[in-house]
Amino acid sequence: MMRASTFLVIFCVLGFIFLYAPILSLIIFSFNESKLVTVWGGFSTKWYGELFRDPQILRAAWVSIQVAVVSATAAVVLGTLAAYVLTRFGRFRTRALLTGMVTAPLVMPDVITGLSLLLLFVAMDQLIGWPAGRGMTTIIIAHVTFCMAYVAVVVQSRLASLDRSLEEAAMDLGARPVRVFFDITIPVIAPALIAGWLLAFTLSLDDLVIASFVTGPGASTLPMVIFSKVRLGVSPDINALATIIIAIVALGVLVATWQLKRSRRS
Amino acid sequence: MSRALTTFAPFRLTASLLQRFGLGGRSLVIAVPVLWLAVFFLIPFLVVAKISLSEAAIALPPYLPILEWDGERAIFSFNLGNYRYLLDDPLYLNAYVFSLKVAFISACIALLVGYPMAYYIARSPEPRRTLLLTLVMLPFWTSFLLRVYAWQGFLRSNGVINNFLLWTGLIDQPLVMLQTDFAVYLGIVYTYLPFMILPLYANLVKLDPSLLEASADLGARPLATFFNVTLPLSMPGIIAGFMLVFVPAIGEFVIPELLGGPDTLMIGRVLWSEFFSNRDWPVASAVAIAMLIALVIPIMILRNAQAHAQEET
Repeated sequence: MMRASTFLVIFCVLGFIFLYAPILSLIIFSFNESKLVTVWGGFSTKWYGELFRDPQILRAAWVSIQVAVVSATAAVVLGTLAAYVLTRFGRFRTRALLTGMVTAPLVMPDVITGLSLLLLFVAMDQLIGWPAGRGMTTIIIAHVTFCMAYVAVVVQSRLASLDRSLEEAAMDLGARPVRVFFDITIPVIAPALIAGWLLAFTLSLDDLVIASFVTGPGASTLPMVIFSKVRLGVSPDINALATIIIAIVALGVLVATWQLKRSRRS
Repeated sequence: MSRALTTFAPFRLTASLLQRFGLGGRSLVIAVPVLWLAVFFLIPFLVVAKISLSEAAIALPPYLPILEWDGERAIFSFNLGNYRYLLDDPLYLNAYVFSLKVAFISACIALLVGYPMAYYIARSPEPRRTLLLTLVMLPFWTSFLLRVYAWQGFLRSNGVINNFLLWTGLIDQPLVMLQTDFAVYLGIVYTYLPFMILPLYANLVKLDPSLLEASADLGARPLATFFNVTLPLSMPGIIAGFMLVFVPAIGEFVIPELLGGPDTLMIGRVLWSEFFSNRDWPVASAVAIAMLIALVIPIMILRNAQAHAQEET
């Protein structure tokens, strides 16, 4: 038994090294003086300076953040509606359709989602003249569509495990369904909504393939700029960008864990 | 509770406004998500199917309509040429078979790596368990693209691994690792590992320890207990994890593009180049439809297996 658990510990340590070694090397070489990403040439923060002087990256980052905030918010609204309808409305005519449409985007390859949405936008532009041209609006629509599926899954599992007696009590006291939804259900599932928003925000910020298909001239997101730079070869300023993103994420996770602990204690 | 109420005041305002206009009904609530997904998820596939039947042209958009009006009557011109082209050129069939192979092998490796990790995390005492689980999920929250980029730096001929091996004297010449199939497997296992560990963990953490004790009391050795009790009971988790790695990996574009060589042709990459480099929208659409049909088969098999496994446990 002892030997089995020693094996497990060693295996786990190796597993975590596998997960974190590339990330650590990104951080270390972001402080590298040399232009060669993998040869150490002394400590320097010059790539950070370079990053903040690159108007292309700054513009793309701003586009990405706007897209992610709007998409995540809309995806939470639509995804919560879908989850609520599926867990609370019993039988209705389009139920099977909605169930399928909520789960399918989760396993749909990005290239197919991207291509199909682009062709839809082109066809709509021809037929009704909207959306005229492509850009941020079309990226947002695409991101809302695939993010809402993820939100729906998160919210659905929360709603399913929720004690319904609170909602029933409010109904018994004469509250109308809309009021019960906004006064009872929403506050109770708020942690799931926040988790869903963060998930949608991350997915939107991370998406390269779908955005590349549905975008138009002038609207380049951050992953699109990173991709074109990385494809051309090494660029140490991308390491600096990665380090900043990792720092923000780590900070966010720390704050979230701390908040969770505090709310559990109270 | 009162703080929560004020937080959601905008929602309540919208609701009461909708009600004032007599739109507060149940069907409206159903209609919103159904319509959104129908317009932006379902109908696009019909558009793709339609364009896969049309002919490529130098025009804007670059394909010919399949329905034309010549003044007197409508002319349908269905064109199955794009599909015939996919069957004739071995490139497409090879790319699809290769994608299935890469996705399958990667999912198996991810299972072999992920299972012991998930098992260890599920058996850990509480403060450590949450910490390890957070550590598994943390990479997922950072950019996927940047993590693939990190592997480029690791694998290139003057990269971290080669520099280390040269320094230790284990090798005299740098190994060629970047732009190989090996790098693609590595990249897929690396990026999808959390998707394997999480469902396995969720399953293993529910495993009743008294079953393991009972097995041990009856004289089974730890390994026998594992293969006769733990493994069969964790089958739903294994299938769920396998599906979460295998299915998305088939259509992967970024990993073969950044880590694979020019001949690492996976189907997602073929679709991308058909669309962006060749600008052949009808063939790209036909690839998408073929890929969609071909994806349904493994999904159905895994779904059946999952239903089966859940019945047994």
